[in-house]
Amino acid sequence: MELLVATAVGALTAGGIYLTLRKRAFTVIIGLALLSYAVNVFLFASGGLAVDMPPILSKYGEQAYTDPLPQALVLTAIVISFGMTAVLVMVSLGAYFETQSDRVDMDEAPEDVEENTP
Amino acid sequence: MHWIIAPVILPALLAPLIAYVMRHDISLARIASLFGSIGLVAIAIVQTLLVMDGDILVYRLGDWPAPYGIVLVLDHLSALLVLVTSVLGLIVLTHAVATGWDAKGRHFHALFQFQLMGICGAFLTGDVFNLFVFFEVLLIASYGLMIHGGGKQRTRAGLQYIIINLAGSTLFLFGLGVLYATVGTLNIADIALKMQALPADEAALARVAAMLLMMVFAVKAALFPVQFWLPGTYANAPAPVAALFAIMTKVGAYAILRVYTIAFGPGIAATEDIGPDWLFPAALVTVALGAFGVLGARRLMPLIAYSVIGSMGTLMLAIAAFTPEATTAALYYLVHSTFAAAALFLIADLVVSRRKDDLLSPMLPTVQNGLFAALFFGAAIAMAGMPPLSGFLGKLLVLDALRAPGQMAWAWAAILLGSLITIVGFARAGSMVFWRSTGQDMQDPDLMTDQEEMLVTAPSARPWEIAPSMALLGLLAGLAIIAGPLTNYLEKTSAQLFDRESYISTVLDPTGTKIIKKEH
Repeated sequence: MELLVATAVGALTAGGIYLTLRKRAFTVIIGLALLSYAVNVFLFASGGLAVDMPPILSKYGEQAYTDPLPQALVLTAIVISFGMTAVLVMVSLGAYFETQSDRVDMDEAPEDVEENTP
Repeated sequence: MHWIIAPVILPALLAPLIAYVMRHDISLARIASLFGSIGLVAIAIVQTLLVMDGDILVYRLGDWPAPYGIVLVLDHLSALLVLVTSVLGLIVLTHAVATGWDAKGRHFHALFQFQLMGICGAFLTGDVFNLFVFFEVLLIASYGLMIHGGGKQRTRAGLQYIIINLAGSTLFLFGLGVLYATVGTLNIADIALKMQALPADEAALARVAAMLLMMVFAVKAALFPVQFWLPGTYANAPAPVAALFAIMTKVGAYAILRVYTIAFGPGIAATEDIGPDWLFPAALVTVALGAFGVLGARRLMPLIAYSVIGSMGTLMLAIAAFTPEATTAALYYLVHSTFAAAALFLIADLVVSRRKDDLLSPMLPTVQNGLFAALFFGAAIAMAGMPPLSGFLGKLLVLDALRAPGQMAWAWAAILLGSLITIVGFARAGSMVFWRSTGQDMQDPDLMTDQEEMLVTAPSARPWEIAPSMALLGLLAGLAIIAGPLTNYLEKTSAQLFDRESYISTVLDPTGTKIIKKEH
């Protein structure tokens, strides 16, 4: 179990970092999405891995329970990273339509840019 | 005692109202936004008065006691920073309204209020996961503000800014996960308690968490080696937004100050050497980078952005010492550098909007060349650290506090040489833009292009367009005049910050009697 989760987090992170370092917007977005998946699984595991246990105390017996806090954290993290990815997609679409290029690196500001004054 | 959460609630309620009800009526949105910002200043003043006698006030959301529920903590430091944020917000908003920046795109005022909400929340929260959430609130608003008005360069710079910060957010979550796995809590006071009792064999994991969080905060504070996003972002953002962003780098500095004094600070064996070992050298390089950037910049906006990096380096040098004296100096310099950077961006906006672009080359002089030159000169000497404005006192306090052997030589050399190079850079830029321009011959009106003709006949700045910049310069002068009482107050602030025991006992007090007692 631990090995499986650890390998999955590691593979997702490695892939995410590799893709984030590319220079096209699409691969960078996929890379950041992979990174956020990795961190969600990682956060989920941070309370310790437990199979088949409820995330709540039971007053009817000595039943073990799994830590509920990481689940709440993951939920928050998923919502936020989802929203952020949506914003990123919109802005990169905007940048693509405006500049006709999906590269995320910036050229040296040319001497005669017409856009730089408001 | 609901005053504590008011700086978060007010903008949070106002922003959707502006976005949904007033979206078609810019003047209504302007009025609401201005009144909201004035209200925020009033709330911040009330908060400052509430903690004047040294109390630490705790606000429990849902009345759950810490560490089970999320708490907001109001102490000297939080109150000070919320006050700085609200004053800066009001001034920048006035500039944006007066110059018409807010009408160049949609939803400026709603995003502006959300930004203020996120910044105030980050300063008030007593829980690191909640800090993450408020970071995201202020970031998502800043993404919208960053690309406000559009344009090729700006959108591409905005895209980079979003990517850097999304990667930073992921790193933040990794850090929080490691921290939770180690100490089992995310409340800052409770982390401090658990860190003190941490067995030596778990120290390694705690150090990993502390370093990851340090990197995240360093991204926000634009500290070497993760400062590279700042020049492109600040130089391409709309100028009033760049002026507001002057407080965003301070959010990173605040987070380092709060978390690394209370939770990972002096006296906690596992993590106490992160400041001197990592933060101090990084800050040294940051000072140098900022200074050389100022010297090498070919445009006005990147030049100011690099001067912000240099000021963050100086600030972090003082913070990295993690002593009460150095923190007092750091806080004074923090307030000063926020207003100085904002003043520079606002004045540059007045100038650049009347020129062809912000290239540092002689062009036709703008209208009111003398007035703009005087304003720029004032803000530049404040930023570079020359008397009589507060920059000089700020740097003097920082130098005076950094006297430890092995620290003094490096810090003094970096700050003094950095200041010198910054002065040269600003002098070069100022003489290029304002002085050499007056030597340009006026062309024959018939030969001018339409654009040039438009610029020469550009309207002179109305009084209320200049008022925000003047107000910021006035604040810088005021900081220098009241430096004595202010540093006394800041001494109390840093003494309270380093009094870890009373912070822990107040925040974690299960009965809440302390709060009730202090209400009366």
